[in-house]
Amino acid sequence: MSDVALKIEDVSKLYRLGLVSTGTFIHDFQRWMHRLQGKEDPFMKVGQVNDRTKKAEGDFVWALKDIDFEVKKGETLGIIGRNGAGKSTLLKLLSRVTQPTTGSIKVNGRIASLLEVGTGFHPELTGRDNIYLNGAILGMRRAEIKQKFDEIVAFSGVERYIDTPVKRYSSGMYVRLAFAVAAHLESEILIIDEVLAVGDADFQRKCLGKMDQVAKGEGRTVLFVSHNMAAVKSLCSKGLVIEHGMNAFQGDVSQSVSYYLKGGSDVQHFRSFDFVNHPQFSLTSINVHHLQEERSEILDENKDIHFTVQCEVRSLDISHLTFHLYDETGEPVFSFASTQLPLHLGQNSLTCVFPALFLQTGTFYASLYVVTKDNKCLIIEKDIISFLVSDGGRDFGSYMGREPGMIRPIFNWY
Amino acid sequence: MSARSDKYNTDSWDLVIASSSSWWNIPFKEIWRYRDLLWILLKRDYKASFRQTILGPIWFFIQPIFTTLIYTVVFNRVAKLGTDGMPPILFYLSGVILWNYFSTSITSTSSAFISNANIFGKVYFPRLIIPISIVLSNMMKLMVQFSFFVVVFLYYLQQKGVELHPTWHIMLFPFLFLLMGVLGLAVGMLISTFTTKYRDFQYLISFGIQLLMYATPIVYPSSMVKGVWHDILVLNPMTGIVEGFRYSFFGSGSFQWGMIGYSLVFSLLLLAVSVVLFNKVEKKFMDTV
Repeated sequence: MSDVALKIEDVSKLYRLGLVSTGTFIHDFQRWMHRLQGKEDPFMKVGQVNDRTKKAEGDFVWALKDIDFEVKKGETLGIIGRNGAGKSTLLKLLSRVTQPTTGSIKVNGRIASLLEVGTGFHPELTGRDNIYLNGAILGMRRAEIKQKFDEIVAFSGVERYIDTPVKRYSSGMYVRLAFAVAAHLESEILIIDEVLAVGDADFQRKCLGKMDQVAKGEGRTVLFVSHNMAAVKSLCSKGLVIEHGMNAFQGDVSQSVSYYLKGGSDVQHFRSFDFVNHPQFSLTSINVHHLQEERSEILDENKDIHFTVQCEVRSLDISHLTFHLYDETGEPVFSFASTQLPLHLGQNSLTCVFPALFLQTGTFYASLYVVTKDNKCLIIEKDIISFLVSDGGRDFGSYMGREPGMIRPIFNWY
Repeated sequence: MSARSDKYNTDSWDLVIASSSSWWNIPFKEIWRYRDLLWILLKRDYKASFRQTILGPIWFFIQPIFTTLIYTVVFNRVAKLGTDGMPPILFYLSGVILWNYFSTSITSTSSAFISNANIFGKVYFPRLIIPISIVLSNMMKLMVQFSFFVVVFLYYLQQKGVELHPTWHIMLFPFLFLLMGVLGLAVGMLISTFTTKYRDFQYLISFGIQLLMYATPIVYPSSMVKGVWHDILVLNPMTGIVEGFRYSFFGSGSFQWGMIGYSLVFSLLLLAVSVVLFNKVEKKFMDTV
């Protein structure tokens, strides 16, 4: 036997967008006819790269494309990536909830996956019954659960309510019980998807401790998916960054985390353009940077952020440029326009300064609107640049999340 | 990572998840390993079904009693349909509990994927466990109702002037129940594989089952049906089972081995087809449900 616990080879997953309807049936019929004739699935060729921010051109999208990696026994791998990058799809494939479109996953040992705690809990049943039910769904034998029952109850800290139906539980108690069952699973490979986002700080610490014990103490193989870089760093030794369904970076955990925080290949703080080319206006470049830095790899929230636009104006009909800023979920944050700054014919360089400690950490996407004097939009370019504002002062580990909101200005107190 | 070394190719893997799997790869071994889950699901169904009810398991009896009374009034008293000389209450009660079992097995199995989507989407276990547990849990209900039927039957047996001639075929009732279970499982699973993507079948089944009852000798004896209609009735695999059950208890009509054999072959063939289809669909159903 080799020391490889998990080997993922060229795994891809194609999803169909939109609704299932009569049209789907016709598609299905066409695919089926092709398969009967021994031809390739006609819709596999048209799959799009998984990029949630761009409007899809086809009906099919590759949620994962050619993922290839392996995990050694006893290794802890952190899987990181932005929302919609394909992390959960990968976990679904690993936990056999669905099948890959191409490629194969080879496993040595039993896999237990915690995609969501409390799977299969029945609200009408008591905590006791649910421990058995949930354990059995996760693949435990009854004798095994019986043997660990007291340990599970003690870990969950809900002894008092163990004979009460779980529908009467608070959500915290529910999660505690569910995590307790899952954490006591005996499997060689454990897959965990952000179960830590729930419960109070005390319980979070307990879970992290338990997972640490599972990974390091018991030498089990752990795959951990999280947006919480502090947790990933403290739990995992290796990292895998997924971007648009593709394997973007792989290596040591701290390298992976910093690759991710830099924004991967997606974020370009400097970008030059040749496609925004109109008889009256052309955009040369946009640079998001700190003062006195020509190119900024990392944008620190503690410093002023300069947003510099180089463009060529060929007509005085153009009044100003407006930018709309969106966060990574596509929610608009604010808009800003160059109305105070008159444009002149020829090359223009315009800089807007976002003060330090104003933008929240995270990725921002800007869309450009070129506005004419009669208030019409001459050019609209969506998501023309994206930049990532990094957490400047806070140490990893001291805080488990991100402050709410899209901006985080510093106000005066007295 | 693309450097796929050949040295692993000789290794044996515990599990390979690939894009396509063989049609015939039914995970019997795995189902056996998960037998505790099956048992716990059965207990769950029983425990959860009567929580917060006052009458509890008495509800098992109330439904067939009232249905039988209504059928007796409507089909026997009002419509004057015969019962082949059997006491109407017994005739309809037997029909009602048999048909209930069969129809609930089908309807609940046919929505197995959809109603368990939240579990199926999160964790893997052999999906066949769910339809099997549904049919078995309905079987428990059937056994309870059947024992009630036996009590009523014994009461009528005591009465003078009632023509009841139970035959040795009574011993065959577990076999008949099992046969119905297999048939219900097969039909339900077959439909469940379609409903995952196209919900049309769900609508079809909800009234189709009701209509199918009239194509089965539940509210009338098959002896009333003549000619070409009888030939059609005999094609229904449930006909032989219902007739056989009634014959064994009441002694009227006949126990036709040919029809039972037909039901058996029909059920087993259909079961094989649906297990294979179900197993194929379960792999990808989360993408379409």
